[in-house]
Amino acid sequence: MQTAVLFSNVSRHYGEVRAVDGVDLEVGEGEFFAMLGPSGSGKTTSLRLIAGFEQPTSGHIEIFGETAEGVPPYRRNVNTVFQDYALFPHMSVRDNVAYGLMIKGMGKAERHRAAEEALELVRLPGYGDRPPSALSGGQRQRVALARAIVNKPKVLLLDEPLGALDLKLREQMQDELKSLQQTLGITFIFVTHDQGEALSMADRIAVFNHGRIQQIGAPEEIYQRPQSRFVADFVGSSNILEPAVAERLTGQKGWASLRPEAIRIGETAGKPATVVSHSYTGAMNRVVLDVEGTRLTAIVPAQVSVPAAGASTTAAWNPDAPHFMEGEG
Amino acid sequence: MTAMAPAILPPGAGVFARLSDLFWRRPSVLLAVLLGPPLLWLGVIYLGSLIALLAQSFFSIDEFSGLIQYEWTLKTYGELLRPSNLDIILRTVVMAASVTIAAAIVAFPIAYYAARYARGRWKALFYLGIMLPLWSSYLVKVYAWKLILAKEGILNWLFAKLHLTWALDAFLAIPLIGGNSLSVTYTGTFLVFLYVWLPFMILPVQAALERVPVSLLEASADQGAEPRQTFRHVILPLALPGVVAGSIFTFSLTLGDYIIPQIIGSSRLFIGQAVYAHQGTAGNIPLAAAFTVVPIVIMGFYLWGAKRMGAFDAL
Repeated sequence: MQTAVLFSNVSRHYGEVRAVDGVDLEVGEGEFFAMLGPSGSGKTTSLRLIAGFEQPTSGHIEIFGETAEGVPPYRRNVNTVFQDYALFPHMSVRDNVAYGLMIKGMGKAERHRAAEEALELVRLPGYGDRPPSALSGGQRQRVALARAIVNKPKVLLLDEPLGALDLKLREQMQDELKSLQQTLGITFIFVTHDQGEALSMADRIAVFNHGRIQQIGAPEEIYQRPQSRFVADFVGSSNILEPAVAERLTGQKGWASLRPEAIRIGETAGKPATVVSHSYTGAMNRVVLDVEGTRLTAIVPAQVSVPAAGASTTAAWNPDAPHFMEGEG
Repeated sequence: MTAMAPAILPPGAGVFARLSDLFWRRPSVLLAVLLGPPLLWLGVIYLGSLIALLAQSFFSIDEFSGLIQYEWTLKTYGELLRPSNLDIILRTVVMAASVTIAAAIVAFPIAYYAARYARGRWKALFYLGIMLPLWSSYLVKVYAWKLILAKEGILNWLFAKLHLTWALDAFLAIPLIGGNSLSVTYTGTFLVFLYVWLPFMILPVQAALERVPVSLLEASADQGAEPRQTFRHVILPLALPGVVAGSIFTFSLTLGDYIIPQIIGSSRLFIGQAVYAHQGTAGNIPLAAAFTVVPIVIMGFYLWGAKRMGAFDAL
């Protein structure tokens, strides 16, 4: 597999602020790659470094083997779907989508045909004549996507593309983006702060914090074997056990992460526990337990009956469920 | 347990409280109170006197007695078409157009810098720099320019110091825009108009550019557009309403001004001066009124053309 994007020891500093701080990264061709992290973690700056809107303070960036430093955005065969969509308000949807082709000097009929094809691909056929202001948020998002893919870029960058959409639409677009990426075979790099989005869509995830990459890996790896407390906590929710607590509950000393869904309640073999509170979330019940003086959150299927708050129960988990992390994490 | 406040509070006492309640219940009353005085001012006093003025242009003057004949006629408009009067109109329109184009070219980079790069203190300094000339008297500025452009003025002195007097002389030798010294040429009139009206171009252009999100420029670059293409296809169309707004100011202010060409320039008349002369000593109110109709008609066509060109589509 060819390398699509390579970061070696890339930093981007704004005075004292280290937005991106010594990042190493390798994204393969055709990969669906997610950059996940809280706001201010450096994920968006990293994306902008690939697009060319930012230049690295130090380090080296390659796009398909070619040096990217000092190359302006308009000489990079990379396209971006902006968080605010950035559609040109004075152009019709068709002219928006065909903008890049117009800039390249493609004839009117030809680029309008290409724009219509791209609109079909994002399931907005026949919307070409409308102004962007007449579209809903979800439709604008699709137009932005069509405008990016119509250029057949080597890498498609998506900056929180689904952030402004409501839940239902977001889930639908997740599926569509995934299948679109498989259809086109283009490398997708997308930035998100939504761990669910990253887990469900990406082939690999890089978890960012404080300008650094905390962990890179496949979704299962990130979720099940987080290397640090930050990753364990940020990717899904987790019960983080301090070394002393971990020793008492599991017999092994060290920082450990115990996923809420790994905890079962009400089994005879479990540790005695008290229900502190519980909340119903539809398919699941979220139960806060007091196990030997430690608060643990468990997520159990809704059909499992949960004792009332204050009642006694038991908490049990498989011996391999607690995941031990290196060092302080 | 202490006494609970009632769910519905009693109506407030006093005239202001009752007035607030009235405005809340009937927003249209508030609107009428707010819009009434300005509409009265604009609609009755301003538009009314404008119409009275325009009506004058359909009367005529008796050439022998010098009295106004209150009969509807187009005779006065016929007088407008005399070569000498057409000259005045043409001269004024060409000047207004040149000033407007030059103002747009000079204003754009300043407005762009202010909208895109100036922050905090620099932005405050920008506004101060643009507005400061507007705080001083217009006459003072015009006379200051007279001193700058005069034969004994600082500009001549500077050209002499730089051994460039020959260049200035060569320029002044050009027919039409040249003359005895800069202060008595069309070039001088043009420079002063440009200086005096420039803030009226900068501010609307800056406001229009301010509303263009950076992400649109990035999106354009991302799509492969070089900076000049981004300027041509994104920045300029989105700034056009601002440029048009500014040009309405510079164009109409130049069309109507009668002081600047009187102080600086050749002695040939502009529309404003013609109006001034005809309504004053000449007492030819109908012709003065007809002259004032000219800028109004030109501006009407100008706005109509701008609208057809899509200048207001991005609003």
